[in-house]
Amino acid sequence: MQKTLATIALAASLGLVATTAQAAILDDVKAKGYLQCGVTGGVAGFSAPDSNNVWTGLEVDFCRAMAAAIFNDADAVRYTSLTSQERFTALSAGEIDVLSRTTTWTMSRDTQLGISFVGTMYYDGQGFMVRKADGIASALDLSGAAICIESGTTTELNAADYFAANGMEFNTVVFVDQDEVVKAYEDGRCDVYTTDSSALAAERSKFANPADHIILPEIISKEPLGPVVRAGDTTWFNIARWTYFALLEAEELGVSQANVDEMLGSDNPAVKRLLGVEGDFGTPLGLTKDWAYQIVKLVGNYAESFERNVGPSTPIGLERGLNALWKDGGIQYAAPIR
Amino acid sequence: MTTLDTGPAAAPRVSFFNDPVIRGIIYQVVVAGLLIAFIVWIVGNTAANLAAQNKTTGFDFLWKTAGFDISFALFPWSRASFYWEAFLVGITNTLLVAFVGIIFATMLGFTIGIARLSSNFIVSRLATVYVETIRNIPLLLQLFFWYFAVLKAMPSVRESILLPFDSFINQRGIFVPRPMPDEQFGFVWIGVALAILAIIALRFWAKKRLETTGRRFPVFLSSVALLIVLPGLVWFASGASVAFEPPVLERFNFKGGIQLPPEFVALLFGLSIYTASFIAETVRAGIQAVNKGQTEAAQSLGLKEGDRLRLVIVPQAMRVIIPPLTSQYLNLTKNSSLGAAIGYPELVNVFAGTALNQTGRAIECIALTMLVYLIFSLLTSVIMNWYNARVSLVER
Repeated sequence: MQKTLATIALAASLGLVATTAQAAILDDVKAKGYLQCGVTGGVAGFSAPDSNNVWTGLEVDFCRAMAAAIFNDADAVRYTSLTSQERFTALSAGEIDVLSRTTTWTMSRDTQLGISFVGTMYYDGQGFMVRKADGIASALDLSGAAICIESGTTTELNAADYFAANGMEFNTVVFVDQDEVVKAYEDGRCDVYTTDSSALAAERSKFANPADHIILPEIISKEPLGPVVRAGDTTWFNIARWTYFALLEAEELGVSQANVDEMLGSDNPAVKRLLGVEGDFGTPLGLTKDWAYQIVKLVGNYAESFERNVGPSTPIGLERGLNALWKDGGIQYAAPIR
Repeated sequence: MTTLDTGPAAAPRVSFFNDPVIRGIIYQVVVAGLLIAFIVWIVGNTAANLAAQNKTTGFDFLWKTAGFDISFALFPWSRASFYWEAFLVGITNTLLVAFVGIIFATMLGFTIGIARLSSNFIVSRLATVYVETIRNIPLLLQLFFWYFAVLKAMPSVRESILLPFDSFINQRGIFVPRPMPDEQFGFVWIGVALAILAIIALRFWAKKRLETTGRRFPVFLSSVALLIVLPGLVWFASGASVAFEPPVLERFNFKGGIQLPPEFVALLFGLSIYTASFIAETVRAGIQAVNKGQTEAAQSLGLKEGDRLRLVIVPQAMRVIIPPLTSQYLNLTKNSSLGAAIGYPELVNVFAGTALNQTGRAIECIALTMLVYLIFSLLTSVIMNWYNARVSLVER
């Protein structure tokens, strides 16, 4: 308590005031008429503005799905682009309602920052990208290499761990903004660019000559990336969590954007429950009965979002891998809606 | 007591609320009360919000393992170091770039400022263009320009440019051999100290002689000679030697020697060049503030050109220059925080950036960072005010 008081006194003496909207986030969001969603400054496939300046991506789709569930309008979202350094402060301060931004779920973040992780939108792992011309075959050859990293990320800690564990020499250059990280790597300041392997693929797709760069086979960490909300508001947390589950459940039940109207007449009780034909799973969330129908109708299911944004047919070209549903050999698994 | 006591009876009769003394007290009590209420409210508000956010607070994290790497530190740093060491790395890196930057900016600023007043048309015009261009472009843009321009202009590691004395320049920075003095070298430092003492004595003596006999002694040249000859003699006499550890190209980078990373070079360039444009204007203002009559008076005394500047013009100009110069020094120190954008590990990057993010202790980290800048600024002010007091007009 004394420590807390000392902190507060110091903070107050310097004129810092934290502001936060506590509880009833749903009411606030409904009142203002749109969802404020924190995203990256641009990671292709995950959250980035397209050529028409419309935000798209797997993580953007989560924001859109929440908006669809709350407002029956997937476009009722405003985006705040945040750096790794800013994201948690923005969430705590109430500047955003939900953070959907390549954020790794870790214990210290979950327990000490006053935030709650909703689920894992994308199971990822940290990798290394190098120039093909350097002739490196393995991350274990990287001792002494200069490594470009974004500051305030788990990437920064994992890399230090990995190099220490393998007795290799370490040499980092740390930037606040991802754009500078990538530019410094491209300009040759660093031999290696390291981040989550999905983001490596995304950045590489934007290079002038993607074929000149290779991603090394080693994946050195577990990076469960998922949306985050402020801790303490159970209703809001449930809306976020069940939005995520609804996306998965729809895929599992074969309900897609194209067939969702037709599926309203399905005989499958699970589909009926999902779409609000049987029972009411929306009101207890503070939403309407057809909340999940709106999500699928306006955004699509998880598979559709994945294919559209990061799948093999996109320039990012990621395989489903771990992110396939549990019944297809992956580990994406939704609790049942019932 | 020389005051005239007219007695209480002579005091003008005013109502209680119109008495200026009583009014003054009432106003002060009200202001103090409001201030205290404001502080109480802020503390209460912060406490309530922190509690509501379920955040852990406190400064205990300073003694935890940091777990990240810092590319450029003046003392040994590893991922196993503590957060307070990261704090220290940030402070020293900020101090380093601010200190060197202030020296560069001052030299460049004085040169440009004097050049702007030059009677040579081209020189003064060039100085004008410099000042007007540099001070009108945001510093952050200039830093990006320097950083990426420097990187682009440099050859890759494998094609490093070889400079004399086993030094190299490439995209990873400038690499020079690290001097490794042996134990005997301590005597040389004693020689340097002796030389400095001798120079102080010489100056004292030369001034005395000038005042009594009017004859000059070339203090500057003999000082330089002393500084070279005395330690040199000690060096040879003691047989001290300095080995040099040259940088060696390994698989990826150069190892060994001293490395000046491009982040540091770019930040130093950007800060010095930017601040110099403001200092130049300050210097110009200072020199122009000295009445032309002072120059004429000095001429009529028969002072030489150099003495005229050194003894009459510059001391008077400094009185005008120093207060705004102090502000520029403070600005440079604070602007060094923009180094975070180009990857220089200064205080904001290391502590208010990485450490804050890894621990989530936003209030603690920001408070400490602000405290450091506050202390830096106050120290700079104190030093410059002391200097200002020294050169200010002595009224008799």
